[in-house]
Amino acid sequence: MVVRRRPQRGHRFTESPVLQLALQGWRSRMVGLLLMGAFLALVGRGFYLQVINNDFLQQKGDSRYLRDIEISASRGKIVDRNGDMLAVSTPMKTIWAIPGDARQMSGEQKRQLAGLLDMSVRELDARIAVEKTFTFIKRQVSPEVADRIAAQKFPGVHQEKEYRRFYPTGDMTAHIVGFTGVDDKGLEGVELAFQNSLLGRPGSRTVIRDRRGNIVEDVGATRPPQDGKDVRLALDSKIQYLAYSQLKEAVEKHNAKAGGAIVIDTRNGEILALANWPTYNPNNREKLSGAQLRNRAITDTYEPGSVMKPFTAALALERGKVRFDTVINCAPGRMTIGPATISDAHPHGALTVAQVIQKSSNVGTAKIALGFSPKEMWDLFDSLGFGQAPNLGFPGEVSGRLRPWKNWRPIEQATMSYGHGIAVSLIQMARAYTVFARDGELMPLSLIKIDDAPPRGTPIFSPQTARELRAMLEMAAGPEGTAPKARVPGYRVGGKTGTAYKVEGGVYARKYVASFVGIAPISDPRLVVAVMIDEPTAGGHYGGDVAGPAFSQITGGALRTLGVPPDAPVQVAAADSGKGKL
Amino acid sequence: MLRFNMILLLIVVVCALGVVTSQHRARKLFQAVEAEQERARQLDIEYGQLQLEMSTWANHPRIEKIARERLHMVAPDALGRVVKADPAAGRRGR
Repeated sequence: MVVRRRPQRGHRFTESPVLQLALQGWRSRMVGLLLMGAFLALVGRGFYLQVINNDFLQQKGDSRYLRDIEISASRGKIVDRNGDMLAVSTPMKTIWAIPGDARQMSGEQKRQLAGLLDMSVRELDARIAVEKTFTFIKRQVSPEVADRIAAQKFPGVHQEKEYRRFYPTGDMTAHIVGFTGVDDKGLEGVELAFQNSLLGRPGSRTVIRDRRGNIVEDVGATRPPQDGKDVRLALDSKIQYLAYSQLKEAVEKHNAKAGGAIVIDTRNGEILALANWPTYNPNNREKLSGAQLRNRAITDTYEPGSVMKPFTAALALERGKVRFDTVINCAPGRMTIGPATISDAHPHGALTVAQVIQKSSNVGTAKIALGFSPKEMWDLFDSLGFGQAPNLGFPGEVSGRLRPWKNWRPIEQATMSYGHGIAVSLIQMARAYTVFARDGELMPLSLIKIDDAPPRGTPIFSPQTARELRAMLEMAAGPEGTAPKARVPGYRVGGKTGTAYKVEGGVYARKYVASFVGIAPISDPRLVVAVMIDEPTAGGHYGGDVAGPAFSQITGGALRTLGVPPDAPVQVAAADSGKGKL
Repeated sequence: MLRFNMILLLIVVVCALGVVTSQHRARKLFQAVEAEQERARQLDIEYGQLQLEMSTWANHPRIEKIARERLHMVAPDALGRVVKADPAAGRRGR
């Protein structure tokens, strides 16, 4: 069999001569190694990026779209006992600039911006001439103006939200509310005293923003902002207005230097009103003098004068040294103690203890006072809170001056009994009078509204003594007393006048402090009202003439505001009323 | 086996698309919430400003001025007054 073999025109693939070429084995291995090496390099790089350098890269990535935003918190409000606003924060804008960028503004733009901000172009130029990366142009710009500035897109000009404090009641409550500085820092008054609870704590959150700046996701922990707590004062803005306007009227009428008035609720020691004159507008504090800023009722002391007398009388009654109607010989209206002589403004004859208070006899009071040892007197004054700060938590409270009893001379003990040689603040005096209003208990005072049970007072006198003293105080404010002008139509009131000489450079000058501290209504006391007028120069200088009428107006208005039922027949007093304030 | 894998692949793709859409919707909703919260804040601020404005208009000196000067009102004298007793004010709770 002939097998015709196909002529071989080539080679079978496996016999291909090319394959026969013996390639060196290392070449293929080389390629394999190279590829492997490249692959390892990729893996290594991947490992480096993903594991070793991860944090850095993650951070870079986050910084492209993650944002920490601060959530602002507002400062707490200060409101009065009825919720009326005394201090509120509202957002304003700060306009700031990057000076380098802002200098590219054209002259026209500068004029526009300066016009909107109510400043001169030169001022604006000065602001952006500094070599810094940040400069304030104007702070506390109203939101409307800020929006118009934003719409103009001035180069390099930016804005930021901040809060501004407003005081709707203005000068009326300036001293008690105080004010804050530009960064929400309390500088005076309640704003300073309650800084910690009023202050808000800003929160923060971390978010993802998209390209257009919208927040698309919350990531990580958010810290919620804590708004400052509201402070509710014991103040009643109606009574405060009354006290403020009457005080102002009295100061202006008598051409006095200054004045203060305090209204205290005797049920729980709340301060319903505290006014000072002169005052200032806390919303505009450009030109302030120290005199305007002083909260005299709390931070100034004065020699109280006769307002002090009832305490000495009360101590004598309490110790059984005298009775309500014990007769004391005050003739001839003068008395010599050691080297000095004291005298009455109007000489009296024999007076009962009640009449000594009613007529305000210095001689009578001194005679009662000299029946005590200095220590007994000192203990009395000390227990009434004189010589100690009243502990209101208010900045600048003074303790007054009560010298240690060990070096009292008899003349000093006598003058102290009628309020000379001892210095107190008006608020200490008003507080001390709560012992008569409260059946012998001295009440702690509170600036803050008290919602729970009233605090307990410290017993100083027996209820019997307090009742007798109230009767004496009512006589003093009666037609025969030193302050008939302090009467209030429809209510029985009692109180004591004080007309004290002022000490200037260690000697008594012919300048006076006229004051009146009273209680109303006498049948069931609800209020202690204290009025002090410093250096009255026109229309008399006696406490009854100067501070009495203001006391009458404030007390009458406050009692009606509080809805206290009248305890005196109205007809009696109808004749001299009708000029009441609203 | 192959078909089973294909089905799994399909499910995975569908799930992936689902994740994408739900993420998108979540972000949309989140934005809406943000916008509403911002509005709430704005309204709150406005409320504060209005309260401020109200107390500025309603302050006592202004009321007294208007009552006296524009409306010619006077305070009634003691005879013309009826005091409504506050029951709590009458007796001291002791």
